[in-house]
Amino acid sequence: MPAPIRLRELIRTIRTARTQAEEREMIQKECAAIRSSFREEDNTYRCRNVAKLLYMHMLGYPAHFGQLECLKLIASQKFTDKRIGYLGAMLLLDERQDVHLLMTNCIKNDLNHSTQYVQGLALCTLGCMGSSEMCRDLAGEVEKLLKTSNSYLRKKVTLCAVHVIRKVPELMEMFLPATKNLLSEKNHGVLHTSVVLLTEMCERSPDMLAHFRKLVPQLVRILKNLIMSGYSPEHDVSGISDPFLQVRILRLLRILGKGDDDSSEAMNDILAQVATNTETSKNVGNAILYETVLTIMDIKSESGLRVLAINILGRFLLNNDKNIRYVALTSLLKTVQTDHNAVQRHRSTIVDCLKDLDVSIKRRAMELSFALVNGNNIRGMMKELLYFLDSCDPEFKADCASGVFLAAEKYAPSKRWHIDTIMRVLTTAGSYVRDDSVPNLIQLITNSVEMHAYTVQRLYKALLDDISQQPLVQVASWCIGEYGDLLVSGQCEEEEPIQVTEDEVLDVLEGLLVSNLSTPVTRGYALTAIMKLSTRFTSVNRIKKVVSIYGSSIDVELQQRAVEYNALFKKYDHMRNGFHLSLLMIINFRFFVVLSSFKMVQVCLSCLCVVPILQANDLLDLLGGNDVVPVIQNTVSTKPASAGGELLDLLGDLSLSGIPPMTAYNKNGLKIDFTFERANPNPNIAVITIHASNSTEADMTDFVFQAAVPKTFQLQLLSPSSNVVPALNQGTVTQVIRVLNPQKQQLRMRIKLTYTHKGSAVQDLAEVNNFPPQSWQ
Amino acid sequence: MRFLLLFSRQGKLRLQKWFTSMSDREKKKIIRDMTTMVLARQARSCNFLQWKDLKIIYKRYASLYFCLAVESQENELLALEIIHRYVELLDKYFGNVCELDIIFNFEKAYFILDEFLMGGEIQETSKQIVNRSIEASDMLQEVRFTGTHANTNALSKTQSVTCTCGVST
Repeated sequence: MPAPIRLRELIRTIRTARTQAEEREMIQKECAAIRSSFREEDNTYRCRNVAKLLYMHMLGYPAHFGQLECLKLIASQKFTDKRIGYLGAMLLLDERQDVHLLMTNCIKNDLNHSTQYVQGLALCTLGCMGSSEMCRDLAGEVEKLLKTSNSYLRKKVTLCAVHVIRKVPELMEMFLPATKNLLSEKNHGVLHTSVVLLTEMCERSPDMLAHFRKLVPQLVRILKNLIMSGYSPEHDVSGISDPFLQVRILRLLRILGKGDDDSSEAMNDILAQVATNTETSKNVGNAILYETVLTIMDIKSESGLRVLAINILGRFLLNNDKNIRYVALTSLLKTVQTDHNAVQRHRSTIVDCLKDLDVSIKRRAMELSFALVNGNNIRGMMKELLYFLDSCDPEFKADCASGVFLAAEKYAPSKRWHIDTIMRVLTTAGSYVRDDSVPNLIQLITNSVEMHAYTVQRLYKALLDDISQQPLVQVASWCIGEYGDLLVSGQCEEEEPIQVTEDEVLDVLEGLLVSNLSTPVTRGYALTAIMKLSTRFTSVNRIKKVVSIYGSSIDVELQQRAVEYNALFKKYDHMRNGFHLSLLMIINFRFFVVLSSFKMVQVCLSCLCVVPILQANDLLDLLGGNDVVPVIQNTVSTKPASAGGELLDLLGDLSLSGIPPMTAYNKNGLKIDFTFERANPNPNIAVITIHASNSTEADMTDFVFQAAVPKTFQLQLLSPSSNVVPALNQGTVTQVIRVLNPQKQQLRMRIKLTYTHKGSAVQDLAEVNNFPPQSWQ
Repeated sequence: MRFLLLFSRQGKLRLQKWFTSMSDREKKKIIRDMTTMVLARQARSCNFLQWKDLKIIYKRYASLYFCLAVESQENELLALEIIHRYVELLDKYFGNVCELDIIFNFEKAYFILDEFLMGGEIQETSKQIVNRSIEASDMLQEVRFTGTHANTNALSKTQSVTCTCGVST
């Protein structure tokens, strides 16, 4: 078999491929050759083949069949083999692979090899990707090697120890003895890795942290030497001596000084020195300054030092280098909570950054600007932020709009300003406003009672201009539906009232219904608004027509609404006004997180009373026609009388009016008692309070009580105290019923009970005929 | 540090170093995300991006993008220096390094990286020491472990590495 082609030959060949398919073909051919070569257990060319395989792996092709070959290379005696083998292991044999652990023995042997470069390879592999098991197995070896005086190995072993600690934190104690005199090294590589090890230990264990605090003076001394020492060619970067080590020491000092007065004091001087003496013309100097600022802000530094830090950040903001500006904005964002006033001083610079061309900077500036808004600067800041909202990229608009709403809510100087600001956001960035802002805005508008006329007028005018921005259209439709009467009557105080007729308003709303730009949600809003106007406008017929057209709409939601509204027109026309239509419509907002607003929840609960009335009438229809249910003559049940004794005891103090209470229902552990009183001033109204109690061992949840009375009566059900009837008579659910009985007929009632008991739903109908005569006479 | 990626302006990967364990699928996704995000950046933007909970620092050197992902508490400005240091090391080794050097000698690029960084941390801050270690390791490839004297010819970038059995990579 001819010798496999060389790596560079292969790379050259593959690069000549003109299409993906051609490349794939070449790769497959070569893979086949490599596979057969592996099968022949060819030691000579294994290294070359694995190297080629690694190249193909980088191009994205599978290379798992080379895993075992990597192991063989690692076990080989040749350095070239080991080098490629370990590289292959790092690329192909991470801890998720089954054969990963097979490396352990080889690594163990190589850790003790006579050649330091072989040891280095083993340490590197273990320290980069050793699994927890491998780390556990080899931790002893690592610990042994930590004592070496060979600086080349020492720095590698130290980082290996860091990796072991990260993978198996329990083993941290093992390395503690080796940390004695860790900082007395002269070699920078060893020093740097030692600082990393100390940092890792301090971050993971408060005990270690306390233990290592005593190293602060030593660290301060090392840092001082680095700054004060002259030019050192080996570690110099643009005139600064070993910036990597300096930054690492600053980071460790930050951890050691946090929350500790003594340590913080010990490092005050050096921090001030670094902050003032570091050369800032190049990035490397600024990197050190940046780390210093972070450290100053985190430890218990004296106020002078903190001001110095914030001023450095302020200077960064004016730097030409974008990276520095970005970093300054990020740091200021972190400190704005704690040092708010100091950051406020730089507000104008920060606001200028909103106009920066760089996207990352703009985002940070926006976040920081929102954090800086307060009652004093709201007007000025909002002007800038709204200008930003106009001109920024779409990716910012949603966040900016939400931020503006939040800030306006917290700090609005006046209601009119607040509504103007909202209008501005809706008209400029209306399509980016988040869906949940719509109910919040509606609630806000509802609460600003004196601004209703102004708001609806402005929203109407905005609608005339543009109906493409859905949140704007939705809020506007809702307002028109709610305050359409104010619009038409031209009652605006804040600005010139416009002349609008009812037909014009209905034209606009109907336009929304048919427009292609409107989403189904928007159409729902528009239809509801039109319906609400039926109680405010006089052109009811036109509205009825529109509503009935949509009764056959393809959109199911729209169709359902239209049918329900039609029903309101037909059957319950007399109740349309009294239904507090606006409240009822709120129940229909199924799409939105209405319940996010607590007020809405209260409103919904108080509407539950409305629902039973509709269903009560249905009950009557179900029970067979419009005739009065026949009176059952012979049953003035004696039950109340005989049970009267106990009842009276239980409900003793509830018998307020001298009318004896009664048990209306008692089945399956659920007992419902009625107590009576006469309503003043109208003696025709009987006020009945139901008391539901539960004697079973399980609670009855989702308890709903409904009642129906004959047509000569009128019934009103108020909200229940709760919908859970607790078990074992631990409490009762009460609800008030008001019955109007102008003809003084005998009171009869049908009740329907629904509840969930022990996981299953229960429903029951019953007749209540045992009302005491005093309740209806 | 979480990972270091090198890719060309067409999005072809030239080097990948992962400092934490991840599945192949995740790695492929990250590579895709990084190349898309970084290549989409404007010419004079700042070199930092936020991606999930990581900070991405990228810098373009000629036709290659160097992309480093660090954790949120790390220093971005220093990360730029780290990238620069690696480029300097490559430059010293290959002599005026260009993308082709890294394509044809990718294993060397990895070896150099492994002398500079380890487990997501810097292991050596001195350029000279890193370079000397690499040269010494390269020399070792010439030596038979039974103790034969090493071939003392200095290596140039175009010469392929020769094992004593005469087989070159």
